[in-house]
Amino acid sequence: MATSEAIAETSEDHAEHDHPAFLAHHFDTPQQQFDSGKLGMWLFLVTEILFFSGLFTAYIVYRYLHPEIFIYAHQYLDTTLGAFNTCVLIFSSLTMAWAVRCAQLNQRVGLIVCLTITLVCAGLFLVVKYFEYTHKFHEGLYWAGWFDPHSSHGHEDDDILTGEGHHDEHAEDSHASEGHEEGSSEESASGESETLEGGGNPPPPTPPEEDMVSAVAPPTGFRAPLTPLELQMQSIQGNEAEVGEIPVPAALSFGEEKEETDETDIPRNAGIFFSIYYCMTGLHAIHIVAGMIAIGWLLVRSCMGHFNEQYFGPVDYVGLYWHLVDLIWIYLFPLLYLIR
Amino acid sequence: MAVEVQPTPGASPAPDSPLFQSPENYLTHPSTSIGSWLFTLDHKRIGIMYLVSILLSFLIGGLLALAVRLELMWPGQTIMSAETYNHVFTLHGAIMTFLFIIPSVPASIGNFVLPIMLGAKDLAFPRMNLGSYYLWVLGAVFFVGSMLMNGLDTGWTFYTPYSTTTSSSVISALLGVFVLGFSSIFTGLNFIVTIHTMRPAGMTWFRMPLLLWALYATAIIQILATPVIGITGLLLIAERLLQIGIFDPALGGDPVMFQHFFWFYSHPAVYIMILPAMGIISELVSIHSHKPIFGYRFIAFSSVALALLGFLVWGHHMFTSGQSPVSAIVFSALTFSVSIPSAIKVFNWLATLWRGSISFTTPMCYALSFIFLFTVGGLTGLFLGTLATDVHLHDTYFVVAHFHYVMMGGTAVAFVGGIFHWWPKMTGRMYNEWLGRLSALIVLIGFNLTFFPQFLLGTHGMPRRYFDYEPEYAFLHFLSSVGAFTLGFGLLLAAIALILSLFNGKRAPANPWGAVSLEWQCASPPPYYNFKRAPVASFPYDFTRVEYDPPSQSYIVRAEEKGAATADH
Ligand SMILES: [Cu+2]
Repeated sequence: MATSEAIAETSEDHAEHDHPAFLAHHFDTPQQQFDSGKLGMWLFLVTEILFFSGLFTAYIVYRYLHPEIFIYAHQYLDTTLGAFNTCVLIFSSLTMAWAVRCAQLNQRVGLIVCLTITLVCAGLFLVVKYFEYTHKFHEGLYWAGWFDPHSSHGHEDDDILTGEGHHDEHAEDSHASEGHEEGSSEESASGESETLEGGGNPPPPTPPEEDMVSAVAPPTGFRAPLTPLELQMQSIQGNEAEVGEIPVPAALSFGEEKEETDETDIPRNAGIFFSIYYCMTGLHAIHIVAGMIAIGWLLVRSCMGHFNEQYFGPVDYVGLYWHLVDLIWIYLFPLLYLIR
Repeated sequence: MAVEVQPTPGASPAPDSPLFQSPENYLTHPSTSIGSWLFTLDHKRIGIMYLVSILLSFLIGGLLALAVRLELMWPGQTIMSAETYNHVFTLHGAIMTFLFIIPSVPASIGNFVLPIMLGAKDLAFPRMNLGSYYLWVLGAVFFVGSMLMNGLDTGWTFYTPYSTTTSSSVISALLGVFVLGFSSIFTGLNFIVTIHTMRPAGMTWFRMPLLLWALYATAIIQILATPVIGITGLLLIAERLLQIGIFDPALGGDPVMFQHFFWFYSHPAVYIMILPAMGIISELVSIHSHKPIFGYRFIAFSSVALALLGFLVWGHHMFTSGQSPVSAIVFSALTFSVSIPSAIKVFNWLATLWRGSISFTTPMCYALSFIFLFTVGGLTGLFLGTLATDVHLHDTYFVVAHFHYVMMGGTAVAFVGGIFHWWPKMTGRMYNEWLGRLSALIVLIGFNLTFFPQFLLGTHGMPRRYFDYEPEYAFLHFLSSVGAFTLGFGLLLAAIALILSLFNGKRAPANPWGAVSLEWQCASPPPYYNFKRAPVASFPYDFTRVEYDPPSQSYIVRAEEKGAATADH
């Protein structure tokens, strides 16, 4: 019966331990719990940095290979709004750090005030971001596939959307059947697929068919080409008529990009900049939202008086997270808005 | 004070006494209801749930593999169309990689054993642990979803531009990969924090069992590499949904960049798969030859070295993808550096076996298979790391055979061996050793019969992933398929041995193998809180203190000599 006694003792032991309510059963001391949480948070932040690193790498590669896209496209970003948002976030980092201090000193009112200000700043950031996004959407400054500057059409985008919807619902195994519900003939789609399969050389761009984007054939036995950029971007082609309205700095010349275009203004694949812009800022905005949820949770708990000089771990951890989100923006702002 | 927890020498109860199966062991305490399992925060129960789920996906992936081998048994169409074949081999690869091998050892055995080895009550973040399990389930749901919707025919590598244009359910599968990635990150994060902050008195870093070093190194990779596959998956999803043009050449994107992103994760992921298996082998080889592990520090450091070097070699998957010749040479050279820590481990295991008193238990049989198969797999990797030969062997069956020797012959065999090793601890039952040994033998024979012919096929130019082949390959393909069914039968035997033990196995003593590490110092199966008091750890391979105790049919570990012990509890 040694064991059952042992276990009985275990539970007694457990109750005897002066475990404060906030100390989880498997930790021995509050210090151990705090250290674990803090180390866990730091490790989580490392994963966050690596999560963003994919996007930063994409940025570096495209910026290095195609600086003209970045120089051209960044002028559509509103530096004033970006700078304003930067200030807002830096200020929110200050109030967050202050909140941690308040929690450590058991100043409940200060904690609640600081957390609220942080939350408001985060909200303000998102509101500004919302206006930036909608403004760009309005001007047709979408990511690469939908990039279509300065047009007020809605239907073309809808077409692409519908096409994509179909495309996902397709239960057929055959790939050649993609894209023909938009009215473009099946023959033209399969014709292209032959071209691609044949030589690995992309077909010369044919004007304007939105579905071509999704009608690229399955490259059976097709090795990724070294110079994929030889493929012309369809959406630009489709909207040559309108691109002339875009103001472009006179100093910039894109002579070598001129093929078949009488408009020399927009560098080829300019939409890639906006793809990267939306991916980076969008992912960052998602992190802001996550941070707001976490801060809201802290706010509720601090109103309930959960935190004191003994137990302030969660405030500390969320604070670390918030500083990282802030820091990422501090990199994003010059990389995207302040290109020279 | 006494250092031993249970069993106490001299108590010597009969095999059916509570010493062997306490009524409050984790299987029955706090309750046996379904809800108490589904919402449990107990690392042992989560480990068991992981084990069952992972073995289930192993079964599904294995059946798909058998379907592939059946199709390839004879030239021409045998049981399925070429399109179906593309789906079947893709799902075999994707399920085996993301649902089975990556979580296999850490999430099931690691989850169960790690806190007990540390003498802790649980992992540092029990709720995150449960969350990790449910993320795994969600990821599995996405995979099954894409299987039931349009299937998946991209190969498990999701290479663009095909993956941006195929009509199969790429998005659902990528969501699965994304979610499974977070599951893996949570496991790794939990392990690192637990090892850092919850080691017991007396357990310095160099008194940790080598499995813990391996899990620690694995966790570093899980944390540093997995986020990259997460963002890559998200970008590919965005590519398909919105045409963002990062990877799609039709929009100016760069498909080779996808390969870089993918392999930046997926090469280190190979070490997520193999490192824990190496950790298991370090335990098995030492414990079952009753001899201290040879070169403890070398094995420990080589795990960390593998984790770090693994990040520098991803380009060896892209020698023919059009990266620059300079980077190809650099990646090739770095790839060879990885073989150093791997070889260190193999030599240390062999040196441990030398003059050990080897018990040919089932776990030991699997461990010996591992050493043989892993060595073959590792050495053939050198041919693939060499630029000139890789250009010839790239995308042939040689590659298939190589990574199956490492992943299946390495990780999966070690995983099965690990299950046999910790089975008595997990379930409190002993299995039939003869059946276990027989399964190990059949697995070894079946495995070599399956994959050795594939080396030959590859050098003769048989490309991988092909549905059909020229008649001159027919004999080797036939051999390979026969081997696959033999291998399947061997694994079936192993499953039968384990399942039978649940019904008529002998009660397992606390320490059936004569091990020193802490998980063998608590009852089998362990009580809910693992240890009555935090135990004091000593060097886990010091077998001089182990004695057989005939009345309890268990080994016991004597307390350390006075002075050496730091016990003050
Ligand atoms: Cu690799």
